[in-house]
Amino acid sequence: MTAPRDKLGRPVVVVTGMGIMTSLGAGKADNWAKLVAGESGIRTITRFPIDGLKTTMAGTVDFVSVDPFSSTGLSERMAELVTEEALEQAGIGAKADFPGPLFLAVAPVEVEWPQRRELGRAVGSPDFTYDDLLRISGGGKYSAYHHRFMFGSVAAYLAETFGTKGSPISLSTACASGATSIQLGVEAIRRGETDAALCVATDGTVNPEALVRFSLLSALSTQNDPPQAASRPFSKNRDGFVMAEGAGALVLESYEAATARGAKILGVIAGCGELTDSFHRTRSSPDGKPIIGCMNKTLADAGMTPDQIDHINAHGTATPENDKMEYNTTSAVFGDLVQKIPVTSNKSMVGHTISAAGAVEAIFSLLTLEHQRIPPTINYETPDPTILFDVVGNKARDARVTAVMSNSFGFGGQNASLILTREPA
Amino acid sequence: MTDTTSKPGQTEVWITGIGLATSLGEGLDANWTALQEKRINVDEKGFAPYIVHPLMPVSFDSQIPKKGDQRQMEAWQRIGTYAAGLALDSAGIKGNKDILSKIDMVVAAGGGERDLNVDTGVLTAEAKGANAPGFLNERLMSDLRPTLFLAQLSNLLAGNIAIVHGLGGTSRTFMGEEVAGADAARIALARIASGESDIALIGGSHNGERKDLMVLYEFGDFNLKDKFAPVWARKDHAGFALGSAGAFLVLESRAHAEARGAKPFARLSSVVADLARRKQPGDMAATLEKLWAKLPRREGKGAIITGATGAEPATSEERGFLKGHAEFPVRSTGTMFGHTMETQFPLGLALAALSISRGALFPPNDSTGTEIEMQGAPTQIVVVGAGHWRGEGMALVEAVS
Repeated sequence: MTAPRDKLGRPVVVVTGMGIMTSLGAGKADNWAKLVAGESGIRTITRFPIDGLKTTMAGTVDFVSVDPFSSTGLSERMAELVTEEALEQAGIGAKADFPGPLFLAVAPVEVEWPQRRELGRAVGSPDFTYDDLLRISGGGKYSAYHHRFMFGSVAAYLAETFGTKGSPISLSTACASGATSIQLGVEAIRRGETDAALCVATDGTVNPEALVRFSLLSALSTQNDPPQAASRPFSKNRDGFVMAEGAGALVLESYEAATARGAKILGVIAGCGELTDSFHRTRSSPDGKPIIGCMNKTLADAGMTPDQIDHINAHGTATPENDKMEYNTTSAVFGDLVQKIPVTSNKSMVGHTISAAGAVEAIFSLLTLEHQRIPPTINYETPDPTILFDVVGNKARDARVTAVMSNSFGFGGQNASLILTREPA
Repeated sequence: MTDTTSKPGQTEVWITGIGLATSLGEGLDANWTALQEKRINVDEKGFAPYIVHPLMPVSFDSQIPKKGDQRQMEAWQRIGTYAAGLALDSAGIKGNKDILSKIDMVVAAGGGERDLNVDTGVLTAEAKGANAPGFLNERLMSDLRPTLFLAQLSNLLAGNIAIVHGLGGTSRTFMGEEVAGADAARIALARIASGESDIALIGGSHNGERKDLMVLYEFGDFNLKDKFAPVWARKDHAGFALGSAGAFLVLESRAHAEARGAKPFARLSSVVADLARRKQPGDMAATLEKLWAKLPRREGKGAIITGATGAEPATSEERGFLKGHAEFPVRSTGTMFGHTMETQFPLGLALAALSISRGALFPPNDSTGTEIEMQGAPTQIVVVGAGHWRGEGMALVEAVS
């Protein structure tokens, strides 16, 4: 390891701590073991009744208890647990005294059905209007729900618990949120505002309305039986993504600060890029230019060329449109190399962790660099003949991996990519 | 460690465009005139006993020409997309593909505008005995409009702005109530000042005419009830009146603005933010003092524009802080525009820049003496935004020298 600054003269940003939770389990060791073994975390939903739903499976995190339960409460608890894991590994700062800001990717917050139903029951008559609900909401009986359903509540809790500095930022760039949280941390370190940043992404929103919302947009797989086979990235018979829960936390530091305190360096965030697609609310521009531009910006930010990327951790949602678009755009950027670079989609096993996905997959990419082993894309039985990626199908593959591109694309024209490397260039 | 203050040698950042659609009107002249006339637009009846500052009706067609686009949005997104268009117009970059293809957007957003009929329908049916396990699922599957989700998603305000106005740079959405608006400005300023970005669109929008939001704030007894009073006169009758507004600003490096001949309203010199623990009385005021000390001190006439909410104990704490800086005349946007949550800080920035560019602070509107007359032109205005529950932000807007 050499340069404390990158080719553009900016501080090199390294990762010194990681924590992860998915439907496969808690922590890096458990997740990695199951990921390379090709295990699926997708199962039939038991948290709430599934009668009347078109999609009845998801990658839920059922082993974390939250009382009283809410999706936001689960998001918060998962974020806390992965942050503890990341901080323990990084060994940075003191207890409840993290020496830098927090950037939190979190699902939009709203009052949820259990609380709404509690209000409905409290009215005390079978005929009522919304005004009646409003009338009984005050008086302090439900003051805890005000705090719970503030958009900033999860970040405020984490900031207070871990003692991060300054105003914590809660952000959403839809399915690219996790990548954006990392990008904000990288930028803050590169600007010299801080030597360290805590980047956390969490999503615990498998609830009835969230499932219905994605169902109504025809975005979810309905291949419910068996649930483990539902998520089929790059397969001809893919039919949508599988909702999932999870969280990831990364401690970012300047290379200089990390080496000065003798921290173990787990990897480098060599490049970040983003580009907005203004074509449509849920669909990509047919020419793919925004995604192509996003990948190119990321390569330029890392000061790298396509031939230096030897693995792609794909967005790979398994919706018919995403995977096709991802292949076409990747081809445009990588040319003939596209058929030679091993590609995988972690979502085949852990599902789509939505707001958390960018961070979860960045961590899996860093573990891939560490272990020199690429986790498989499971359920890859019937390859889509029009997608000519070298998909790491069904079985993990040992490979020499020095630089990974991780892609995230989301509703609202959000595209973000990261390039992760083992060592500073 | 999360301050953004232009340092010597760093790029100067100008405010070159402002877009406002509020309860007082649309555009800079209408808002300025209403402020001069001390006009306040409150509705004490439509949501009684709650009070709102309703949006002054606008013709959405002029900024959102496609009806299909308007139908894809709920009111909060329409207001924001409209105000964003006004800001781009104001900066003279509407339709300028070269600039819009690289502009960086940082939006402060809430979200979740609900279909109250669906919610009430489910709850009343359950109250009447509907208790089959899949009842909620079935009702939601059949009753929710498929596109409603997109009108609820926080980042789809930015998404709609990009689609309607053809923005193809970058897009980030910050959430977290009031301070999200300060953080949006803080990050955009930092990126331009450091050379990561040349030009940015920042802001937010809020529809205050929403009963689902009132339920959320009523949980904490934050809604102003029965009778309107200026923010500073609510001590024994605390609360905020939700307001509808969209406020967007174009921030630009001085070099980028000068190269295209754009004139500044003002300079955005510094944005700072923090999270007070607010466990003990005085915590929040101490944080505001700390932020104040971080702003670069200047000679010349100064003023403060605050988004104080009227909620307690935050407003009393802030009043204490303001008393310590009595040489700065104070104006409260909450009195004039209501509480527009994520939008309040961008609104404060907009009014600060407007006041500086027009050479006068708008008149006070207060019965308690907290707001006093100001003679002469302000050259520096501190924008203060302390959340009703959490989050404190502050900015310095200055005349361009």
